[in-house]
Amino acid sequence: MIGITGFGAYIPTARLQKQAMVEANAWFDGGLKALGKGERSICNWDEDTITMAVEAGKDCLSSLGSNNVDALYLASTTLPFLDRQNSVVVREAINLDPYIRTMDVSSSQRAATSALLALLEAGSDNNSLLIASEHRRTKAGSRAEMLWGDGAASLAVGSRNVIAQYLGGESVALDFIDHYRGEDSSFDYDWEERWVRDEGFMKIVPDTITRLLERCELKISEINHFVFPTDQARTPAAVAKKIGLNPEALVDNGLASVGAAGVAQPILMLCAALEKASPGEVIVAVGFGQGCDALAFRVTDEIKRLNPARGYKGSLANRRSETNYNKFLSFNNLIERDIGKRGEADKQTYLSGFNRRKDLLNGFIGGKCRECGTVQIPREKYCVNPQCQKLDSQDQHPFSNASGTVMSWTADQLTFDWNPPAYFGMVQFDGGGKLMMDFTEVEEGKIDSGAKVSVHFRIKGFDSQRGFVKYFWKAVITD
Amino acid sequence: MATGIKDKVVILGMGCSKFGERWESSPSDLMVEAFEECLADAGIEKDRIEAAWFGAGIDAFNVGSSAMPLSIALRLNYIPVTKVENMCATGTEAFRGAVYAVASGACDIALALGVEKLKDTGYGGLPQRSRGVENDMYWPNLSAPGAFAQLATGYQAKHKLNKQDLKRAMAHVSVKSHANGAKNPKAHLQREITIEQAMNAPFIAEPIGLFDCCGVSDGSACAIVTTPEIAKSLGKENLVSVKALQLAVSNGTEAGHESWDGSYLKTTRIAAQRAYNEAGVKNPKADITMTEVHDCFSITELVTMEDLQLAEEGAAIKDVLDGTFDADGSNPCQIDGGLKCFGHPIGASGLRMLYENYLQFQGKAGARQLSNPKLGLNHNLGGFPHQNICSISIVGPYR
Repeated sequence: MIGITGFGAYIPTARLQKQAMVEANAWFDGGLKALGKGERSICNWDEDTITMAVEAGKDCLSSLGSNNVDALYLASTTLPFLDRQNSVVVREAINLDPYIRTMDVSSSQRAATSALLALLEAGSDNNSLLIASEHRRTKAGSRAEMLWGDGAASLAVGSRNVIAQYLGGESVALDFIDHYRGEDSSFDYDWEERWVRDEGFMKIVPDTITRLLERCELKISEINHFVFPTDQARTPAAVAKKIGLNPEALVDNGLASVGAAGVAQPILMLCAALEKASPGEVIVAVGFGQGCDALAFRVTDEIKRLNPARGYKGSLANRRSETNYNKFLSFNNLIERDIGKRGEADKQTYLSGFNRRKDLLNGFIGGKCRECGTVQIPREKYCVNPQCQKLDSQDQHPFSNASGTVMSWTADQLTFDWNPPAYFGMVQFDGGGKLMMDFTEVEEGKIDSGAKVSVHFRIKGFDSQRGFVKYFWKAVITD
Repeated sequence: MATGIKDKVVILGMGCSKFGERWESSPSDLMVEAFEECLADAGIEKDRIEAAWFGAGIDAFNVGSSAMPLSIALRLNYIPVTKVENMCATGTEAFRGAVYAVASGACDIALALGVEKLKDTGYGGLPQRSRGVENDMYWPNLSAPGAFAQLATGYQAKHKLNKQDLKRAMAHVSVKSHANGAKNPKAHLQREITIEQAMNAPFIAEPIGLFDCCGVSDGSACAIVTTPEIAKSLGKENLVSVKALQLAVSNGTEAGHESWDGSYLKTTRIAAQRAYNEAGVKNPKADITMTEVHDCFSITELVTMEDLQLAEEGAAIKDVLDGTFDADGSNPCQIDGGLKCFGHPIGASGLRMLYENYLQFQGKAGARQLSNPKLGLNHNLGGFPHQNICSISIVGPYR
């Protein structure tokens, strides 16, 4: 039996209130008022497709209880690097073995479902990992800005401890251009949504589902959960009616809570379905874009044992309300900001130096002294313990799942930060090791010495002059 | 066995430029200003100087690298000049080089000069600069106030203090230095402030507010040193001699090992004890009668009082509020205004502190003259609380 063996999710904690977006932009387009209910997820300035992918991947691995996977596919249309395999950065940050297959899958809103089909049909014995992550850029004041959100989700695929057996898949490849984004464009260009609905969703999806049901010898009435990602609020119900699907089976698109998270949306919804599903139930998931993918799964008894650290529900619940639309514009580089002279400093990453420190920077790997047992980060030649100081005595020791305590901190108003003040301080890790590091996601007044922290892979800075993104680990207050 | 530096070298002359926003002055102008005063005070010809040590902290923004800027600015006679840089301890490092050269017998008369031109950066505070290729990849982009705010939160956590109590003591530190600076015509900031002003000023890096920060200044200071015998032969009286010169440099323990809790400065404790041993100081509270410490931020001065053994651990708040370190207290600190008000041109600061000691011991400190100074201690701290360079010098009347 092959199928899904684990899952995980990540939704940025900041949720921009749609009413705030309406207040900012309805003067320009009164039609936005109709979309003003609820909220959408937004990346912090230091989050992107890679950092969210790391979070979702870590969450999925927590559900597996193992880092032992053979392949990692990263699906997205918003990869930070066009040429530097993004999935390899994720591989290092989530501490997977280097001797595995990795691949970025892109160029379509069905990139994730296509990658999932490929993994399911590759028939590997061991687990493979799919991560779908999306941080789509939208123009200020657009409907897309109101409807879309940022997020990531991950699935493990394998043949042992399967929680949802793969029953079969169907694909159709059609150059139906509901929207596109050219090589030199930052933003999508799209066509009238009524035409997209009538000629696209309403024709292509029913055709694909019909073929899938035939292939899997399933009846439409057997579908308990139907994952149909779209930013068109009413279209799923219309499609359900056309194919005779019980509307109760429609999985919430999350348009008023997360927003349509692009390539990640079908996988996020699949996670949501898995969290609700009972053994024996059938899940069908669709990916739409230049054609359509559809996949059928039957949930097994194993679903009962599965428990990702965060999952979809946990990700949805881990939220804080954001009402400042200008922050969204700033974080997404949609306005030219006065960053001040301190922001002008050259941010070049010296790649040979980066390569020497790659374990620390990507994997947050420190050392543990074989002589005295002291855990430390960074890992230098001599042990940091003043009573030991042995040379070359340390084995690698990962900190990427470490928790710690704030020893000292500040909110720095003077130094440059994209979201001032810059919070940083000394973190004492549980089990040893100490490091001065940046904090992120700090709420004013909620930080003090003694607070507990976890660590997260985030953007450290941008070298906009040379198009490089610098990543490192930051602490987040957990209590 | 080494016998230490005590009483082997004396100060022949000193000079110090006006500190401040010296928009009209180049680094060379500042160096010449300090040097001319120093040379006149020493009463020798320039050609008697056999070697020089030149300190400047932040090259890119002021004088440029190497020893040449000093040699060119002063038109030195092709003598050996050494450039030193050790962050905020740079000025004292230059002095250490000159003093050790004389003590070794390698030369009779040596010059130490420190300078910094900070006000050409175009903004307030210290300039944004690289911390090194590898460090820049993972260190927080911390400003100096951000770094030293850690000392405040670490000290507060260690001693379970109320935020406002600590802030009030920090404010007292700054109010005292402003009062002292107001009596110093060479100081950058010569205006008194109130406790309320200090406490209510906007945060720069919580809990450090505007008035908890020292001045960012242009300036230069210098010293000419020689042996006691040569000084006497030149007719000098009231000789001021070097009693101790110590340096302690972090090795990464504070930053990376749990044995340091962030509430004190490990280097200062180590350097202070070494300096007291070298100078023969048994009871610092009684023997050290004036201090010029590295009050880059008010919290640094407060914690330093404990690290120098001038206050019991955890008791500095009380001593500060009781006025122990005020001009009329038992251990006056920053009688010249300190970094806070005299200003902090990095490479010059250590020498500026010595300059004040020198004036006080010679009875030339004007409106801020102390009645009977015995020993003066000067303290610099370069870097951050979790990894830094601490220099300490002790000077006093010869023998």
